[in-house]
Amino acid sequence: MGALRSVLGVREPTEISDGAGARPDRAVIRDALGVGVAVGLSGFSFGVTSAGAGLDVLQTCALSLFVFTGASQFALVGALAAGGNPFTAAAGAFFLGIRNAFYGLRLAGLLRLPAAIRPLAAHWVIDETAAVAFAQPDQRSARLGFTVTGASVFALWNLTTLAGALGASALGDTDAWGLDAAGPAVFLALLAPKLTSATDRAVAALGVLLVLVCVPLLPAGVPVLVSALAAPAVLAVRGRAGAGEPPASDRHGATAPEEYGATEPREVRSQEAGERGATAPQEARARETEESAR
Amino acid sequence: MSIWIAIAVTAAGCYLVKLLGLSVPSGVLERPLVKRLATLVPVALLAALTAQQTFSTGHSLKLDASAAGLAAAALALLLRAPFLVVVGAAVVVTALLRALTG
Repeated sequence: MGALRSVLGVREPTEISDGAGARPDRAVIRDALGVGVAVGLSGFSFGVTSAGAGLDVLQTCALSLFVFTGASQFALVGALAAGGNPFTAAAGAFFLGIRNAFYGLRLAGLLRLPAAIRPLAAHWVIDETAAVAFAQPDQRSARLGFTVTGASVFALWNLTTLAGALGASALGDTDAWGLDAAGPAVFLALLAPKLTSATDRAVAALGVLLVLVCVPLLPAGVPVLVSALAAPAVLAVRGRAGAGEPPASDRHGATAPEEYGATEPREVRSQEAGERGATAPQEARARETEESAR
Repeated sequence: MSIWIAIAVTAAGCYLVKLLGLSVPSGVLERPLVKRLATLVPVALLAALTAQQTFSTGHSLKLDASAAGLAAAALALLLRAPFLVVVGAAVVVTALLRALTG
């Protein structure tokens, strides 16, 4: 699940609020259902991947029901398939899930949920619900967007997981169908929108290097955990080289609404595209220079 | 059994961090370094998982059709294709290449 900007990036920007008022419920619901359907359907590839990794139908469905955060689920079954022990496998999945805490932090302020509802709502705090909620102009639409996205993703993700797990045996050799490429593609789709600065790219490159060096040397599951060290390592080096990093809130990730371009006007997105270097290389260079000057 | 342990630990851990975010007073997680790491650790993990699952099997490195599938997914992402198309491109290209090279 995830890659929200990819999911929504190609759609026409939805009409944002008529003036300063609230968005019509229908627009919020349409956005939310669109995300739910697109992302929920990829549960099929999770079901197949999990079955291919050796988990049975019950185990596969338990993951989608109770873990319900896609990247962690893919990471867990990948680590188990590689023969990792359950705790190293779970640790990798857990570290990926930590980002949801930061979504929750912002959602708490945005949705202002009653304490009794929080334990229920917490289960639905994922990339997609956060993205849709952050994109709404007011509390009412944020709550609606969160709820409808959560319900549609939860329903479809679990149904398609079941279908994938059941279908895997009918498919036979899942590798022959190329389904082992689904997991990495999901990770890449989640990663791509996060690569906005030189620091991000350095962390990603070092993560790749670390994992590939460690794979032949360390027990299964551990290399991915080692790769997490790329983040503090790059921060330490850059911190020493420059005057320190800007606050994360100015940038990207769990705290920046601009990452979730669900309903932003077109010009915002085309500017982002420029920053990625496709249409405005000088802008990208300026950003690089600015980055390295820090 | 060990699979069930992994599932239970992951489910509990992932649920608790979700609840933590919704429940802690803001400010606790708001320190710049914590936020910075929270955005960068997933970058490292996702990049590593992509590479590991594409270029290794067990304890050895490999280069096979799934690398072409990943390249197709990267191209789809550059073209800003929707999520399903990105995943579909990787699967179809990998399967086609395997069928052709048999």
